[in-house]
Amino acid sequence: MESSNISFSEIFKMYPVEEGSLIPLLQTSQATYGYISGEIVEAIAGYLKMTESQVFGVASFYSQFRFTEPGRHSISVCLGTACHVSGGATLMETFEREMNIKPGECTPDKKFDLNRVACLGCCALAPVVKIDNDIHAKVNIIKLKEMWGRYE
Amino acid sequence: MNNFTKLQKKSSVEWNALLNPEEPVIYLGMASCGKAAGADKVKQAILNTLREIDRPAKLIEVGCIGTCYLEPIMDITAFGNPRVSFGNVDEKFAESIIRKYLLDKECHKGKVLGYLGSKSFDGIPGLFEQPMLKSQIRIVTKNCGLIDPENINHYIANDGYKGLLNALEKTPDEVIEEITIAGLRGRGGAGFPTGIKWRTCRNTQADKKYLICNADEGDPGAFMNRLLIESDPHAVLEGMLIAAYAIGATQGYIYIRAEYPLAIVRLQHALKQMEEYGLIGKRILGSKFSFDIKIKEGAGAFVCGEETSLIHSIEGKRGMPRTRPPFPAVSGLHEKPTVINNVETLGTVPHILRNGSKWYRQFGVEGNFGTKTFSLVGKIRRSGLIEVPLGTPLRKIIFDIGGGTQKPFKAVQTGGPSGGCIPKELLDTPVTYETLASVGSIMGSGGLIVMDQDTCVVDVARYFLDFIQKESCGKCTPCRVGTRHMVEILEKICHGEAEAEYLDKLESLARLVKSTSLCGLGQTAPNPVLTTLRYFRPEYVEHINEYYCPALVCNALIEYTVIKEKCTGCQRCVSVCPTGAITGPRSEPHNLDINKCIKCRACYDVCRFDAIAGNAIIITSRKEE
Repeated sequence: MESSNISFSEIFKMYPVEEGSLIPLLQTSQATYGYISGEIVEAIAGYLKMTESQVFGVASFYSQFRFTEPGRHSISVCLGTACHVSGGATLMETFEREMNIKPGECTPDKKFDLNRVACLGCCALAPVVKIDNDIHAKVNIIKLKEMWGRYE
Repeated sequence: MNNFTKLQKKSSVEWNALLNPEEPVIYLGMASCGKAAGADKVKQAILNTLREIDRPAKLIEVGCIGTCYLEPIMDITAFGNPRVSFGNVDEKFAESIIRKYLLDKECHKGKVLGYLGSKSFDGIPGLFEQPMLKSQIRIVTKNCGLIDPENINHYIANDGYKGLLNALEKTPDEVIEEITIAGLRGRGGAGFPTGIKWRTCRNTQADKKYLICNADEGDPGAFMNRLLIESDPHAVLEGMLIAAYAIGATQGYIYIRAEYPLAIVRLQHALKQMEEYGLIGKRILGSKFSFDIKIKEGAGAFVCGEETSLIHSIEGKRGMPRTRPPFPAVSGLHEKPTVINNVETLGTVPHILRNGSKWYRQFGVEGNFGTKTFSLVGKIRRSGLIEVPLGTPLRKIIFDIGGGTQKPFKAVQTGGPSGGCIPKELLDTPVTYETLASVGSIMGSGGLIVMDQDTCVVDVARYFLDFIQKESCGKCTPCRVGTRHMVEILEKICHGEAEAEYLDKLESLARLVKSTSLCGLGQTAPNPVLTTLRYFRPEYVEHINEYYCPALVCNALIEYTVIKEKCTGCQRCVSVCPTGAITGPRSEPHNLDINKCIKCRACYDVCRFDAIAGNAIIITSRKEE
């Protein structure tokens, strides 16, 4: 992550010490460091005067937060309804098989992490796969293999 | 108010200049759907071409008009001609349109969709004559795809903030009265009368009140809110101002999914412009009304679309619902009276205040006035976002507007995971809150998933239940445990491991979850199962008794075969097969070893789409006793 030299306190000072700051703090931390580490949970708990289990309890409730280091590229396979009826699940299976990882995991070479997303809202172009910030439309298995070959 | 009149004048001048510009204006649809279809590359091609031909022209990024199947969409206004729209524009085509038009003044007729505005264009139809647009009544989506969503002047020039002006001239009670008479009902899905919600909040005494815009569009297969915010954010923000004025709120929140980054950017930008124009903050437009809006990003939990869960999430807690009453309009965020309205509800409010409740009541049918947007997706020819009056029959939406399906139509799912699967026999059902409920479904937020004969309804029911089971917050037992068991039964049916009595078990479990769950998520979760059992029971029975999946979807019940007579021996399938199940020398029919086949569909897709291949691989499901 390019900005990971930002310290916790720099992030924290943007938010008041109140319960309502917890989710925005987790979001900014994840955007900065790529994932929510045990260290971050501990620091947030200290800052908001909550217990670590309260912080982790909230963080683990929401699917946005990841607790393992991400890869250099993030693959999100859309499993919304429109994508499902157009073969989204098959795409997910292909990623799982070819990369030998499960959703939420990262390849051993740290190149890709694989995620499921409930819906990207591009239903008219289903099935879609998002790699980093690029949304790829009307993906099939053949397109898919070409697609990830382009990432370093 | 005089300052605002000046802004209106300035905006009109700016907008009118675009209708007959001195130098050509190019518009490009850059909502998320346009970008996914390649609009970024088209934008680069436009800029490169303009540089090469060295002609001055203005490029304006707009949202999406809703005809997503035609993306990327590009419009040009030049040489005193009306704005003309082109669809499915790739890089090469963008270049050729611009060269022809700007250099030779010749408008490319290929891929032209139509012209816009009151002046006609020789040999080109009006854009709104397009089959998908023709039968629509566009109120909420009026500006979508036409104006620059990042330019507040475009919004103001198109009657923007006139609804707010009208509201501020009325008392809050009169505003609520107007909305009540208009008969506006919550567009988030449940259809609760908006006027009553506002009235309840208004009548509750408190030192602070809140207004929340629910943009947590979690329903998979629906994107109405995303498109509206990306294409016309001020419509929603104006609605929020009016609502806040009516109920007496001083602080507003927009709770929006983090999965919609572009929509968030558009809102942030819009809020900044409102600040510059004195449309937000203290003493808005010189009145006594003060209001602030904060954006709260959701963190990915479907249940947070439910009002009380959403409130807990804003408070920094796990997004779990609580029992109601008290309703949020009485005790909501931080235990203060809070109104939570859906994006589309708020987007409709300014139109009612601009044109009056009587005007609004001319659309729709008694009890269901106005229009509703739907995202029309799945196995449909013309997919995208549409807006029609309530009471429009499903058949008209799917066939006239959507162009029907390629293969025979099977069913349509309304209301997402909380809705039901409606078969072709009921296609004449008019879309109203009550009629959809009477056939076992719900209106929902507006997702319409069209299914054809290649969609397995058992698999779809399993998909929805699996989604709900994963999203269940776990607070109440019927939803947490009940949906889990329902998924298990459905998986057994899809795997051909079920017994005949499973269907009755599934049905009674579904009824139990429906009647005893705490919140809307659990109460509606069984709808996909109950409706598919009601309308497609024979298909369930075929799965169980004959191990037969007529749609050829359920992997455990299907087989892949190579038709020797058709196979050209091109080896395309051999190279894509991940398990080496297909073998055979070049130019000779290949063999498929079903013991090695993992049914990944790679060979089937390559054989179907490749020019050399002979479409020789078929999928079958054998009926067995």
